[in-house]
Amino acid sequence: MYFNSLSDFINMGGHGLYVWSSYALTLVLLLSSVLLPWLNLKRTRKQLSRQLAREAARTK
Amino acid sequence: MWNWLKTLYHRLGSPKWFYQITGKWLPWFAMSSLLLLGLGLVLGLAYAPMDYQQGNSFRIMYIHVPAAFLAQSVYMMMAAAGVVLLVWKMKMADVVAQALAPIGAIMTFISLVTGAIWGMPTWGTWWMWDARLTSMLILFFLYLGVMALREALSPQEVAAKACALLAIVGVINIPIIKYSVDWWYTLHQPASIKLTEKPAMPASMYLPLLFMVLGFYALLGWSVLLRARAEVLRREAKSGWVRELLKDK
Amino acid sequence: MNQINNEKPAAFCRLTPEAVNSSSLIGVFVAALKREWQLQVRRKGDLINPLVFFALVVVLFPLGVSPTAEILAPVAPGVLWVAALLAVLMSLDALFRPDLQDGSLEQLLVCGYSVAPLSLAKVLVHWLLSCVPLVLLAPLLGIMLYLPWQAQGVLMLSLLLGSLALSLVGAIGAALTTGLGKSGVLMTLLVLPFYMPVLIFGTGAMQAAINGHTALAHLALLAALALVALALSPWAIAAALRIAVSGE
Repeated sequence: MYFNSLSDFINMGGHGLYVWSSYALTLVLLLSSVLLPWLNLKRTRKQLSRQLAREAARTK
Repeated sequence: MWNWLKTLYHRLGSPKWFYQITGKWLPWFAMSSLLLLGLGLVLGLAYAPMDYQQGNSFRIMYIHVPAAFLAQSVYMMMAAAGVVLLVWKMKMADVVAQALAPIGAIMTFISLVTGAIWGMPTWGTWWMWDARLTSMLILFFLYLGVMALREALSPQEVAAKACALLAIVGVINIPIIKYSVDWWYTLHQPASIKLTEKPAMPASMYLPLLFMVLGFYALLGWSVLLRARAEVLRREAKSGWVRELLKDK
Repeated sequence: MNQINNEKPAAFCRLTPEAVNSSSLIGVFVAALKREWQLQVRRKGDLINPLVFFALVVVLFPLGVSPTAEILAPVAPGVLWVAALLAVLMSLDALFRPDLQDGSLEQLLVCGYSVAPLSLAKVLVHWLLSCVPLVLLAPLLGIMLYLPWQAQGVLMLSLLLGSLALSLVGAIGAALTTGLGKSGVLMTLLVLPFYMPVLIFGTGAMQAAINGHTALAHLALLAALALVALALSPWAIAAALRIAVSGE
């Protein structure tokens, strides 16, 4: 472990703001790049199955 | 081995098989990306020794470098997909290209912003027109252009081919852009430290980087497959296998 | 308008008053050049616009920044080149639209001639009529920006070569966005990354001349870019035109 304490870790020798803001931004973007498509996939499946059910009911 | 690859390639070209095969791959991409990224983050943030000249801000490298790698290689993949679409007329290639563009743009954006943030403690300024950042900025415009073109054109086949053409022309230009921007920067550069001075990196510094790069690629696979699968469902909504699939839900 | 089976259907797309029976690439190219010249020379408005734009942008700079030579002279090469680049970009936007709207573009694509020489002819005539006047106007504007005398010749030469590359590559973007109505911004976004190397070498040539060095290397690079564009872009333009028209 390079750092001696948690506060050292967060401070990063004075560069804490830069390091943590970069990592936070990246985390948010990467998370959204997986979360949004996954939600979209679920939504698409739901929409399409609803549409199918509607069409099946219509043709009955 | 070769035949297996060829069969796989042809299977992936059919929407139904693509959906089925990638469904099995998805958990592997997800798990490996979480594992690799987690490992890389812990090692890079907490265990890697500090860079003597730059201080702890060098840890931004563990995001900036993988993002930059991916920004460039995703564009190559987009162009390769474009070739497959135009030459072999494989429609799935367009689905993949469409899925690649947004994440490529995100990677370029991350690379630009982290590069700028890294620049503040290193150069004392938020933005610096150095060769690498400027090339990244141009690459960002290339991604935006492809995405904007896809939105603007209809019907879908026209948009697909136009974006494929743009991606291919762009790939031819990327080496030209890099060369000219490099040359331009060395001409105008005041004597200053370059962003990645690479003295021989000790393994403890290098290993997290490797994990992060691999983790980013795994994440790329995860994200692209998710997007591509949604797009396949949307495009093939009227076909029999999609109806079968959704009926059981 | 019947044609014998083994002749190219020249009547379908008259490039000249007499039917072009030669199916050679050069023959088609020359006939296309003549046609494009006749068509484009008539659109006086389209020819004046880039010149006026070029002049206006250059005039805006002293007004917006400073009228002194100390500030203008160092940035003169860049300002002239950026203004010229934007003027070329602007002039290319509607390159293919008139042909698309009156249907002749579709005819050209189906008439059996290879589209690449036709596209090349169109861009070359456009370059002659729209970009060469820019090159001739540039030294005058250079004087207004206190451009050092040594750079004037290089200014013209770099603009001549550069505008050729810019026109050829820009035509690819214009072809892709032909079908769109107000595509101005999109075309700019598509084409600008490809314009940057040309800009870099063009201004680099002028800087070299100002500093007393030879601009030959930069001009050679510009010429190389123009030659590569000349060789490759007609095919890309033809492909883009096919794609754009297929959606109509």
